Amino acid sequence: MYAFDVETPSSVAEAVAALKDEEATALGGGQTLIPTLKQRLAAPEKLVSLSGIAEMKGISTDGGVLTIGGATPHVEVAAQGDFPALAALAGNIGDPAVRNRGTIGGSLANNDPSACYPSAVLGTGATIVTNTREIAADDYFQGMFTTALEDDEIITAVRFPIPKAASYQKFDQPASRFALVGVFVAKTADGVRVAVTGASEDGVFRWTEAEEALNKEFRSDALMDLDINAMNMIGDLHGTKEYRAHLVKVMTRRAINAIG
Amino acid sequence: MTQVTMTVNGKAVSGEAEGRTLLSQFLRDGLGLTGTHVGCDTSQCGACSVHVNGKLVKSCTMFAIEADGAEVSTVEGEADEDGTLSTIQQAFQEHHGLQCGFCTPGMVMATKSLLAENPKPTEAEIRAYLSGNICRCTGYHNIVKAIMAASGQDVSAIAAE
Repeated sequence: MYAFDVETPSSVAEAVAALKDEEATALGGGQTLIPTLKQRLAAPEKLVSLSGIAEMKGISTDGGVLTIGGATPHVEVAAQGDFPALAALAGNIGDPAVRNRGTIGGSLANNDPSACYPSAVLGTGATIVTNTREIAADDYFQGMFTTALEDDEIITAVRFPIPKAASYQKFDQPASRFALVGVFVAKTADGVRVAVTGASEDGVFRWTEAEEALNKEFRSDALMDLDINAMNMIGDLHGTKEYRAHLVKVMTRRAINAIG
Repeated sequence: MTQVTMTVNGKAVSGEAEGRTLLSQFLRDGLGLTGTHVGCDTSQCGACSVHVNGKLVKSCTMFAIEADGAEVSTVEGEADEDGTLSTIQQAFQEHHGLQCGFCTPGMVMATKSLLAENPKPTEAEIRAYLSGNICRCTGYHNIVKAIMAASGQDVSAIAAE
């Protein structure tokens, strides 16, 4: 790693002030950023650690909305009982040690195209809360590793409207434990939403054709005649574009069947 | 350099750390606690697993500065002062849960946190919990057996295969 300083602010205001420095980068749980720094793929002069900010931690439920602080580790999301599909998703990220450090805000700010959380956020129509504004999920994800966040903007919380029913089905890439393909299906107050991670070169996306079909008839056979175009899928040594396109349909059907 | 203070295996310690100093480096090079092994240094293998404030973490993927003021436990804290092995260590020895021993510190620390969360895990739960701890010698079989034994469960069903 190149040399850098680490600051450990104890409030959002202090963290935002520290991030005004152009050479500063926010550090969540570090489970992606630290390996990236080791490979010298990033060279910040200053890291601003968010893991000691108490006001960004914790989980609460109010009026059918689950609010999770941006610095809350996966292990705590996995332990909450108000949104079981999200708990199951969080409990299957990485491994136990990674889940103790990695945070929901860090995952969403990074927007890895194979990360699990983006599918739950997009699949429920959640709201990203930052130190300056609220961003709807449909506006937040802007392509692989790209989001609506400004440089000095911090995800302080995520608000999930708890769906009537939901399921996340992940086809694990067994070495990295990321999703080769993961699909989050939710029955929300505004209809069915289907969000797909791991598959597209544009990052997480909504499979709107499937949503339309499922709003007419919520059963896995409703997808029978639908196909995903493989053109924009990720193709690599773990799976071809066509394989991933196929998996999108398979994992969506599994999620529908799990909801029942 | 920043002065970092923490409690390691019950003892207050302090030392200097750069921003980029990893907790694993601080423990090994700063404090001489070389029981914590660094295998892959990419947070895959889990050989460097320690506990920070009671939580299992990969010490190669956390900065020493982030552990300032924390309670850290490493494999050196497992045995008693007189060298008597902990229940987990004893079980690893009795059931041959190691061959080269490189992954063992991480396996022992992962086992400790597993049994704290789930005192009587099933074989499947043990295997799932060890997903972040890689062993290239044993094929995991005797590690699973040792953990079953350390949790006070019958291991006769997991016969040598």
